[in-house]
Amino acid sequence: MTTWLLRRLVQAVFVMLAMTVIVFVGVNVIGDPVEILISPDADQAERLRVIAAFGLDKPLWEQYLHFLGGVVQGDLGKSFVFNEPALRLIGGRFPATMELAFTAVALSVIVGIPLGLYAGLKPDGLLGRAIMAGSILGFSLPTFWVGLMLIMVFAVQLGWLPSTGRGTTAEFLGIQWSFLTRDGLAHMVMPATNLALGNIALVLRLTRAGVRENLGLEYVKFARAKGLSPSRVLFVHVMKNIMIPVVTVIGLEFGSVVAFAVVTESVFAWPGMGKLIIDSINVLDRPVIVAYLMMIVVLFVTINLLVDLMYTVLDPRVRLDGRE
Amino acid sequence: MSGLTLEVRGLSTHFDTRAGTVRAVDGVSFSVRRGRVLGLVGESGSGKSVTGFSVIGLVDPPGRIAAGQILFKGTDLTKLREEELRRLRGNRIAMIFQDPMMTLNPVLRIDTQMMETVFAHTKVSRQEAWERSRDALGMVGIPSPEERLSSYPHQFSGGMRQRVAIAIALLHRPDLIVADEPTTALDVTIQAQILAEVQTLAREYGTALIWITHDLSVVAGLADEVAVMYAGRIVESGVVGEVLDRPLHPYTHGLIGSVPSRNKRGSKLRQIPGMTPSLVDLPKGCAFRTRCSHADAACAEDPPIIEPGPGRSLRCFHPQLESVA
Ligand SMILES: Nc1ncnc2c1ncn2[C@@H]1O[C@H](COP(=O)(O)OP(=O)(O)O)[C@@H](O)[C@H]1O
Ligand code: SF4
Ligand SMILES: [Mg+2]
Repeated sequence: MTTWLLRRLVQAVFVMLAMTVIVFVGVNVIGDPVEILISPDADQAERLRVIAAFGLDKPLWEQYLHFLGGVVQGDLGKSFVFNEPALRLIGGRFPATMELAFTAVALSVIVGIPLGLYAGLKPDGLLGRAIMAGSILGFSLPTFWVGLMLIMVFAVQLGWLPSTGRGTTAEFLGIQWSFLTRDGLAHMVMPATNLALGNIALVLRLTRAGVRENLGLEYVKFARAKGLSPSRVLFVHVMKNIMIPVVTVIGLEFGSVVAFAVVTESVFAWPGMGKLIIDSINVLDRPVIVAYLMMIVVLFVTINLLVDLMYTVLDPRVRLDGRE
Repeated sequence: MSGLTLEVRGLSTHFDTRAGTVRAVDGVSFSVRRGRVLGLVGESGSGKSVTGFSVIGLVDPPGRIAAGQILFKGTDLTKLREEELRRLRGNRIAMIFQDPMMTLNPVLRIDTQMMETVFAHTKVSRQEAWERSRDALGMVGIPSPEERLSSYPHQFSGGMRQRVAIAIALLHRPDLIVADEPTTALDVTIQAQILAEVQTLAREYGTALIWITHDLSVVAGLADEVAVMYAGRIVESGVVGEVLDRPLHPYTHGLIGSVPSRNKRGSKLRQIPGMTPSLVDLPKGCAFRTRCSHADAACAEDPPIIEPGPGRSLRCFHPQLESVA
């Protein structure tokens, strides 16, 4: 277990190192921030001063080493635009995105699993088929379009829900959260639903497939032969087996929920990291872009680790030390 | 009730499939007494498992019991509601399955899988359920049952898993156990041990046992009576010694001829030529006639059930009286 964790951490460090190189080179290829940051009528001396101030006069490898040196000390550079540490900027937006992502994932579980169970138990029924057909829409409709439609219907036409921002927030653990107030919750409904739609479809289909597969297996027949009630067979025997792939996928999907939040946050003007990164890309604010991407890598690595740990909890056949 | 634990009369279990109706079990009758063992033999696909599932009420759609009675201690199980059947299952009637690797839930601990069986039929404390589970494991020869209870199925060998399944079947001291080829997947020594143990336990508790197998040598050592199935019908049945020593049906002859241990040294092992027919819309007449060397025009009609001796029955127009070569 400890060796496993150590090995994973070393792997994670290498993954992140590789990512810094890719991100650093990639950001350089996108464009020259100087063109955007300096007003067109600035003279040459002013130009050179700014370039030197940002360290952009040095060769790329030197910039990279300087960046790495900073990373080791927990410094990912300062935003060109806000002149604030990039990490602090991102950190300020982090809770908004996380609360949206968590709500979306929670929604996909709360809605997806019951629908999937039903569709798996009654695959030929009208409702079962309708659920499956609906899930195809959940997959294929583009997020931004659904977001706009939600705003059109529930904000513009019906006027039921607010369409922009986080609403009133309340402090908890020194951080502002929307989910703690009624108004904040109302503001979350549409963006969270929008973000959850694809995952509801995914969880639903996985659950349905799991039910269909497991119900045909011999252990289910044996459980019934023991005289167990149908609900115990379904909710204990079958569920425990289905949860293994569902938890894995939900865990791994969490990363892409955060990534897709970029679109949803833009549509609903949700002040999270996604909105920040789009703005930063527009002005080629390199340190913020780099810091954001690094953050995402850390997030993915952490999620993968947690999913693997969950796996051992759910499936007794899996052992982390690789034996069995 | 004359000690009859189970009496099956004219049981037909059909599957309505797109290709047509599969008459997996077609007019089958047999009975088992307290403390006795009935061997149900036949090639793969002859309807043995479907017969077993019919008895325990676990035939799933598109399957259905189309006709017949299943009298369990006088009660017709085909008339019971699902909840009434559930209360019998695992309690008065238990079943053991063929593949021990597949029958236990891989993600639940053994104690969970045993104790839930106790709770399904009795109101007892966790402590008592646990003790009963432990005792049942000990009874089927699992060493240090206390520790083994907190293991998961993958920590057991195939033979041990089958013992666990048998222990689960024995938890409520059932009146009837349907064992569907429970030793087929195990190696010969373990098979022999398990056979001996199950036989002892069944005798001790007065449990009636239906032992499904395709292996005649198992039947010879274990069963009191035997019923030979072919294409959904019982073609010959009777007391084991009589049927195996003086088989009358050509199919039984064929089966016996294909058992290695019963053949004289040097004589060739004979396989029954041909294959079991498809059970979809099987034409009338003797289903064995495509493979039978004694078939003639008469065999295109359904052979009647004849009773050549007490407790013995047969479905054939031309019983074979000469000895098995
Ligand atoms: N769910 C099902 N749908 C259609 N046919 C089935 C089904 N289950 C069993 N059968 C048919 O019933 C026949 C008997 O099967 P089975 O009782 O499993 O044979 P055995 O146990 O003797 O090997 C087979 O021909 C099989 O095709
Ligand atoms: S009835 Fe005819 S075909 Fe069938 S087993 Fe007897 S002799 Fe053979
Ligand atoms: Mg079978």
